[in-house]
Amino acid sequence: MAAATASRNGLRSALPLLAPAYLWLTVAIFLPLSAMVFFSFMTELPLSGKPWAFTLGNYAAFFSQSLYLTLLLASLRLGLEVTLWCVVIGYPAAYVLAKVLKGRSREAIFLLVILPFWSNGLVRIFSWAMVLREGGILDTALNAMLPFKINIDLMYSYPAVIIGLVHSYVPYMVLTCYLTLQAIDDSLIEAGRSLGASRLQVLKRVIIPLSMPGLVAGAALIFVPVVGSFMEPRILGGRTGTFYGTVIEDQFVAVFNWPLGAALSFILLAVVLVILAIASPVLRRAA
Amino acid sequence: MRMPDLTALLTATAVFTSALAFAAKADEVHVLNWKGYGADEPWAVEAFEKATGNKVVNDFFNSEQEMLTKIRTNPGLYDVVMINAAFNDQAMDGKLIQPIDVSKLPNYADISKDKAGSPMLVHDGKVYGVPWVWGLTALAINDKSFDKPPTSIAEMWDAAHKGRVVIRDDAVEAVQFGAIATGQNINDIKDMDAVKAKLTSLMPQIKTFWSSENDWNQMVASNQIDIGTYWSGSADRAKTHFKLPVSLVVPQEGAVAWLDAFSIPVGAKNVAGAEAFINYMIDPKFYVEWVTKVGAPVSANTKAVEALPEDAFNRKVMGDPEVAKRIQFQAPITDAQREAYLALWQQLKVDVK
Repeated sequence: MAAATASRNGLRSALPLLAPAYLWLTVAIFLPLSAMVFFSFMTELPLSGKPWAFTLGNYAAFFSQSLYLTLLLASLRLGLEVTLWCVVIGYPAAYVLAKVLKGRSREAIFLLVILPFWSNGLVRIFSWAMVLREGGILDTALNAMLPFKINIDLMYSYPAVIIGLVHSYVPYMVLTCYLTLQAIDDSLIEAGRSLGASRLQVLKRVIIPLSMPGLVAGAALIFVPVVGSFMEPRILGGRTGTFYGTVIEDQFVAVFNWPLGAALSFILLAVVLVILAIASPVLRRAA
Repeated sequence: MRMPDLTALLTATAVFTSALAFAAKADEVHVLNWKGYGADEPWAVEAFEKATGNKVVNDFFNSEQEMLTKIRTNPGLYDVVMINAAFNDQAMDGKLIQPIDVSKLPNYADISKDKAGSPMLVHDGKVYGVPWVWGLTALAINDKSFDKPPTSIAEMWDAAHKGRVVIRDDAVEAVQFGAIATGQNINDIKDMDAVKAKLTSLMPQIKTFWSSENDWNQMVASNQIDIGTYWSGSADRAKTHFKLPVSLVVPQEGAVAWLDAFSIPVGAKNVAGAEAFINYMIDPKFYVEWVTKVGAPVSANTKAVEALPEDAFNRKVMGDPEVAKRIQFQAPITDAQREAYLALWQQLKVDVK
């Protein structure tokens, strides 16, 4: 009882501090999002001046055509693959940053990791286009070094989409893993070693379990936006670059069918939430 | 209490800025058009402002649907709007545009009769759109890949070009292109299955779907493509302005033609300024400068085209009577057709993944 009162008092005094953030969230996120929910149940956009009515048709469209499901599965697979590559590349980098490097060299490497954040996403994607195409930087450089002739044309392919997305999102994985890895007390690792565990066993039994929260947070931060990504697939994917996100973009930009675009977005949101909900007990146990 | 003050302040700011935005001054001409499409050229705006004393305020749209929505939701804001002739019907039916008094446009008399009298722009003897420029969606080739230019659309399906063909990411354009390839009328497609089959067999040839002029030019500059659909004005621009090895091909099977026109929205505040602006846009002097400096589609004004040099692309190729016989002008498309085309196009794109 006393504790409850105290917490209520605490909440009251915290209110002025919370209010600006919540006000901003309400105005900037909640209102536009609820407008989109509203649109997704309409036959026509009210802005278009045509008569409109409420309908479930936009959601039914998802189930009536197999192409949306096909694309959603393709996008989910893309999300998984990109997340996996981010773990493979990002986790060792974070480990080296947290446990091996010290002082100046750590700062320098850290800067290199964060650097992509400081450049515009579109610029990054277009620079990949220059690197990956036939006769591009990668092709020319490899042919200059190798004695035999190889032909590298990764542009406009599925691997190009993966490369572009991994490059954009790997800093998230490095940063979240770095934070949890850095918090691991070195003496725990030393204790494991002195008790006769091999390096691999220490990694499996001590380091990975203790850094699991960072891995999970990084994976969620990467998986969700990648599933809905449209810019990278469109520019780098060429003929194979049609994904769930690009179809949503088409509805908004090309045919101006906001209701259907909104409905497809909320179906994606629901699917992602379901996946995270199913995964969370497993991940929490692991963490 | 801070919060109400803040809310009041925000509301006041919002009201103030929207009042500013909507207070279109009498001597301003508000123009709605695609970005980078003639009407917003700085030298043109400057010349027009100097000549008439009207100030030009440009606004842009990214799709025809967005354009229609912008006029609908901002009545009285725009004085001039550029509408593709195929959408003129829809704008007139929605009572969004008003008849134009063409006697106020001295240059209107020089517009070619077939364009000025187009049933898409003239309803009950009243003119709802002043033809501005027209062009083609035809084929363009990378000169480095061909000894002599192909003549048939079938070149796109040639196995020699596998993985070096591009097509625009646009459902309507793709379906109409398929109609031409199967020998059908683009405005009355009888055999949709043939179009689908034809496009399905094209998909494995495709390198990517282009969406902007820049995409196309980049791919030619780095020698990644041989052939693809392209707009006539853009092909001209790529050749003359960017010095790229690009040539337009109007295949023997035909090509899709479109006509862009200017209209005046209902409730326009500065109709006189709008008339002056439209007249300036179809003026030979503006057109020649536009073609020379930037590259442009073909003017609907015959005098403007005649003012170009004899060998100019827009005069020599586009003015060729043989070309005129082969092309098909786009007619209005219903929303239902548009959605059906999009569904077909998306299915094709998914099947090729």
